[in-house]
Amino acid sequence: MATKGRVVGVISNIVTIEADGPVAQNEICYITTGGDRLMAEVIKVAGREAYVQVFESTRGMKVGAEAEFTGRPLEVTLGPGMLSKNYDGLQNDLDKMEGVFLRRGQYTDPLDRDRKWHFVPLAKAGDSVEGSAWLGEVEENHQKLKIMAPIALRGTATVKTIAAEGDYTCDETIAVLTAEDGEDIRVTMVQKWPVKTAMTNYREKPRPFKLLETGVRTIDTMNPIVEGGTGFIPGPFGTGKTVLQHAISKQAEADIVIIAACGERANEVVEVFTEFPELVDPHTGRKLMERTIIVANTSNMPVAAREASVYTAMTLAEYYRSMGLRVLLMADSTSRWAQALREMSNRMEELPGPDAFPMDLSAIISNFYGRAGYVYLNNGATGSITFIGTVSPAGGNLKEPVTENTKKVARCFYALEQERADRKRYPAVNPIDSYSKYLEYPEFEAYITKHIGPDWTAKVNELKTRLLRGKEIAEQINILGDDGVPVDYHVTFWKSEVIDYVVLQQDAFDEVDAVTPLERQEDILDLVTEICRADYSFDTFLEVTDWFKRLINLCKQMNYSAYKGAEFEDYKRQIRAMVAEKQS
Amino acid sequence: MATKAFQRVYTKISQITKATCTLKATGVGADELAVVDGRLAQVVKIARDEVTLQVFEGTGGIPTDAEVVFTGKAPTLKVGDQLAGRFFDAYGHPIDGGPDPEGKEVEIGGPSVNPVRRKQPSELIATGIAGIDLNNTLVSGQKIPFFADPDQPFNQVMAMVALRARADKIVLGGMGMTNDDYLYFKNVFSNAGALDRIVSFVNTTEDPAVERLLVPDMALTAAEYFAVEKNEKVLVLLTDMTSYADSLAIVSNRMDQIPSKDSMPGSLYSDLAKIYEKAAQFPSGGSITIIAVTTLSGGDITHAVPDNTGYITEGQLFLRRDSDIGKVVVDPFRSLSRLKQLVAGKKTRRDHPQLMNAAVRLYADAANAKTKLENGFDLTDYDNRALAFAKDYADKLLAIDVNLDTTEMLDVTWALLAKYFKPEEVNIKKELVDEYWTK
Repeated sequence: MATKGRVVGVISNIVTIEADGPVAQNEICYITTGGDRLMAEVIKVAGREAYVQVFESTRGMKVGAEAEFTGRPLEVTLGPGMLSKNYDGLQNDLDKMEGVFLRRGQYTDPLDRDRKWHFVPLAKAGDSVEGSAWLGEVEENHQKLKIMAPIALRGTATVKTIAAEGDYTCDETIAVLTAEDGEDIRVTMVQKWPVKTAMTNYREKPRPFKLLETGVRTIDTMNPIVEGGTGFIPGPFGTGKTVLQHAISKQAEADIVIIAACGERANEVVEVFTEFPELVDPHTGRKLMERTIIVANTSNMPVAAREASVYTAMTLAEYYRSMGLRVLLMADSTSRWAQALREMSNRMEELPGPDAFPMDLSAIISNFYGRAGYVYLNNGATGSITFIGTVSPAGGNLKEPVTENTKKVARCFYALEQERADRKRYPAVNPIDSYSKYLEYPEFEAYITKHIGPDWTAKVNELKTRLLRGKEIAEQINILGDDGVPVDYHVTFWKSEVIDYVVLQQDAFDEVDAVTPLERQEDILDLVTEICRADYSFDTFLEVTDWFKRLINLCKQMNYSAYKGAEFEDYKRQIRAMVAEKQS
Repeated sequence: MATKAFQRVYTKISQITKATCTLKATGVGADELAVVDGRLAQVVKIARDEVTLQVFEGTGGIPTDAEVVFTGKAPTLKVGDQLAGRFFDAYGHPIDGGPDPEGKEVEIGGPSVNPVRRKQPSELIATGIAGIDLNNTLVSGQKIPFFADPDQPFNQVMAMVALRARADKIVLGGMGMTNDDYLYFKNVFSNAGALDRIVSFVNTTEDPAVERLLVPDMALTAAEYFAVEKNEKVLVLLTDMTSYADSLAIVSNRMDQIPSKDSMPGSLYSDLAKIYEKAAQFPSGGSITIIAVTTLSGGDITHAVPDNTGYITEGQLFLRRDSDIGKVVVDPFRSLSRLKQLVAGKKTRRDHPQLMNAAVRLYADAANAKTKLENGFDLTDYDNRALAFAKDYADKLLAIDVNLDTTEMLDVTWALLAKYFKPEEVNIKKELVDEYWTK
């Protein structure tokens, strides 16, 4: 029989319940108050008292209110029909909710139970299958989604029957499996997975190596992220975290994009679901919304559900990865999640760690990033979760617990810088501090050599060195004055400015410049390398400044022109002519 | 508040701290309002039969045998058209000598808007101030604070913006406002003949500090009535949110919570977000736009209050005194309107986005030149031109006394570029230069 209980204490959203039976840590329960059933999660047990965090407002809750324990941890419901959906942090379908305002205790079905799916079997009777083996597939928004054996299946089972090709709702039986103990298991298209457990239903997790194209030059060219890689974007407010995240989620070469809006502005979510249905995926030509799922726990939604929201999003990502898809998961922002943990820990009167965050923050962050990755599934197919999180450091100071702990685990670091943002050099990713560890992977180097060219990484590293040198010279000029350094120094400095203006800076709001396909990036990299490698002769630094400004202007116009169009080629010719003319 | 016959009166307080008192009571709900010795208090903790109340005015002078009555409800406001033109205190009681307003009683701090029911903000709010309209265009449904030192004229700028913004209703939430500023707003609004469009909830420096925690929720509850029920465009002015945060810190300190950065409670982000996120464009046409003030200490935006605010709001307007022209300007570097791209170049002329960025970039070049000058280096011809441009730009566009329409602002900018620079120095798309460059 299910455990029941009664409320004995309330402090904000932490409620103490006296239970009449066994209670598990992280178990979900429902408390009835004022006619509403509120969902809550057990976070501490002391004797017969269970401390639960209620996912919604506890206003008006009284001692004696009834609670019912479910015996299950927090779970998501998985099946076809989730693409293009807007969920809250607990996977309620926001579009199914009534009214303009969110009403507490209103929970909606994440799936559409009436919708029929065209099922095509992949397994046949007599096959032996393991947990999450592919039994069949359905098509949703032009993507083939697999229908899998239950993940909780132990050992191998035998397919007893499987449905013939045809249209079924997600609740209809599409297969019957006979487990090792001889018991028959009815399989539908729907599964439930716990959100806080990492799913390890794959054979191997190698080091990732495949470049994930994002169309953002400062990422792809300078510090590339890979399929199954991890990255994070810290930055003070107003430096363009969200614009950069949206650019990546619009342009990245992924099958599924999951956006976890975690404790951020509601209008940013509105932007996604207003624009994505109109925008086109540059890789497939279909509408962006078709491949996107939003998990929104905006900053005014209950804090306790904020932690759940990132786990919900990650579990959705794991589900699609098990189908052999490339998933991109974006979380904006992981700092808000950490703050939610802090609020909870504070109310529980736990001893605080640095900046009053809970002591186990580093473990929580590293476990979460660890769930991303490129995997070989049990059937040999590959799938990936690329995870990019933003971090909102307090006061823009990167020496704070969330940034420091994230830096330990994420392999790409895109540091957004106030100074660059102030000077409108967008994206404001600092080219010197930022890094991608993948550039050092021999697997990545081999992949790039094969798919792009053997000297790509060498050229990229050359640009990086030039940027660093340019920065050093800029500092010297600031100290010694324009006349205090040789004219050559000015040339070196301006070469680094060419890299900055032409490769790094990109106008996210210009139709052409916003997305740079890899081929065009190669072209730009070659041209800029050519400009930088040439030797020039100038008499005065004024000449240098003037000449390079004209050159940069031409390059900018080239970046604004359609690739390989007449205008583009013309600008390129003019640039080459300028370079040839000034060469010594 | 009169005691009703059926209400149970408690008279045995077991513990009193500076801000709270604890007593044994049953049948009490979380967040419920109570009256302790005639003062309003709110339930903050229930542990079996022990209830802890936070007394807004403070507990000074409360005896252990004081009368405690529970009201059975969270703080409420009676909303209706009668709110217009009225001035209230933090509890929603009239302070203008008028009668109590009649209307539907609703709990303040109500639920959030379902994000999928929001509409994308798309209506430009023109203020005439180029530092705002040109560089940091405001949009209805936006939330944006002024970041300003206490000596800057933020209340004047805010009143000016409010009157020019053509809102159907203006709701003023004053927190820790001096009596002089309260009278200033009252005068400005009545001189402009706008009093019937104003609803004010004011907590002055003479009132208890903790009371002001109710002000934003009161103001926004009134705003939601007009925006949702009446489909009106409502502008909410909140000044000053730093005083609000200071009160949060006082309460959390008195409740023995562990402070995080700058002695602020760990929940500061959520507390502020709950307020600012009430700004919304509703599907039926009404909207709530929030313009707030966050006072800074010596321009420090890394302090927890402006820092958390910056992460919540859709930009910030940074006021600064410009010593070159002797006027207060809207700083183009530190100011930002995150929603400007929804209207700039769409509701305004198409050259707007690129032109605005180019001018700010050139203004940044001037800042570099100024550093060079201060360090005693020779300036180049370009540096000198940039400096001259910056001075003109600050005077003709950034200063808060500018009043132009947006197209005029663009024309002035092009004229300034042409006066000081060559087309190839401004990095603007060629087709725009061809069309708009002032010959």
